[in-house]
Amino acid sequence: MRRLLPPLVCASMLAALWLVFMAVPTEREMGIVQRIFYFHVASAWVAFLGFFLVAGASAVYLRNGARTADRLAEAAAEVGVLFCTLVLVTGPIWARPVWGVWWTWDPRLTMTVILWAIYASYLMLRAFGGEEEAVRRYAAVLGIIGVLDIPIIMVSVRLLRGIHPAVITRNEGGSGLVDPWMRAGLAVSALALVLLAGWLITLRMRAARLGEEVTALRRETLARGGEAA
Amino acid sequence: MRGALAILAKDLRIEWRTRESLASVFVLGVLLLVVLTVAHDPTPEAAPALVPAVLWVSFVFTGLAGVQRGFLLERENDCLAGLLSAPVDPADIYAGKLAANVVLLAVTQAVVVPLAGLFLHADLWPVLSGLLVVLLLGNVGFAALATLFTAVAARTRARETLLPLLLLPLALPLLIGAVQATAAVLAGGLAGAREAVAVLAAFDVIFAVAGWLLFAYVVRD
Repeated sequence: MRRLLPPLVCASMLAALWLVFMAVPTEREMGIVQRIFYFHVASAWVAFLGFFLVAGASAVYLRNGARTADRLAEAAAEVGVLFCTLVLVTGPIWARPVWGVWWTWDPRLTMTVILWAIYASYLMLRAFGGEEEAVRRYAAVLGIIGVLDIPIIMVSVRLLRGIHPAVITRNEGGSGLVDPWMRAGLAVSALALVLLAGWLITLRMRAARLGEEVTALRRETLARGGEAA
Repeated sequence: MRGALAILAKDLRIEWRTRESLASVFVLGVLLLVVLTVAHDPTPEAAPALVPAVLWVSFVFTGLAGVQRGFLLERENDCLAGLLSAPVDPADIYAGKLAANVVLLAVTQAVVVPLAGLFLHADLWPVLSGLLVVLLLGNVGFAALATLFTAVAARTRARETLLPLLLLPLALPLLIGAVQATAAVLAGGLAGAREAVAVLAAFDVIFAVAGWLLFAYVVRD
């Protein structure tokens, strides 16, 4: 499986790029910039997937203390934040020519930025932590709390509409995808990014496992050195 | 349940004897209100519209400072180890700490709310009953998360820096709901705030239960 992932990622990514830049017709109203949509929306899906993976792996870790589950949670959080950042970068590039502003406090934008902050703080907790085993548990608790927050965030940001006039709230899913090539473009980009995220997660988990092994070996060597002296 | 009450009584007694949190909460609350009002520099007519935002931002930051001490105290002299070796369920420790934080935050609100009304020329008396509901819901929700994450932050290296980083993004939906509900209450009573109040109530229930269930994993050694 691990051997298979890199070529699969390459193939699907090339296919996605070909679809997005060659096959898909240019959107009538928004023009060429709309092509960023295929990666923007697919990144958002992958980010969400990553955050739910964090919660699932965290719950497993709290239940049975499996180190693999903890490594999966950490890797998924990093990859989730990465793709969430991509959403927040590609969004304004698209928004500026279409809406006339880089940012608007539209419910979806607000939600994305809150989620980004929650999982960035998750990574901070892991980085600033302290003693190892406890920090893994704290991170797992935060990973679960974070996902519990998602439905409340979704509802609460709808309240914001009242004061903040949304510039244009275009429903991406319904408006743009009239052409079958467009649907294919989105599907293949989503597949490519999911595979890419999967690959990154397995690499990151492996790096974490090797890191733990190195720490254990170092500790053992130091202990032996102590005996000899 | 008896364990929770004992912890509540202990925390309140400690606080009453030192009054350190209360003093800092009082001064910080006044300061934040002044800073936020002066930064806005509103005309007398526009001032009342600022009440919801100024009120809740002051509350959140004052509350952060207030609850922070609760668990740092337990760290001193390994009090937490003593607490955990006592025949008390971790869930009860959470409930007791949560109740103590709710009391502390209520004192914070008792300072911040009348002063916000005073500074921003808003007459809060006529809407007091609706306002109290919103204040209580906002208080409990914030305390539910704060109680869980002060326990986390107090036991990491970064401590004081980590708590706001963890708490603020998670509490943002609560802040949005509280500000919207307060605005609606000030504009005409609780009836107009139904949706925002529902968000607050859902937040309170979800995180009080989640904290209660997950607290054991945080304090376990």
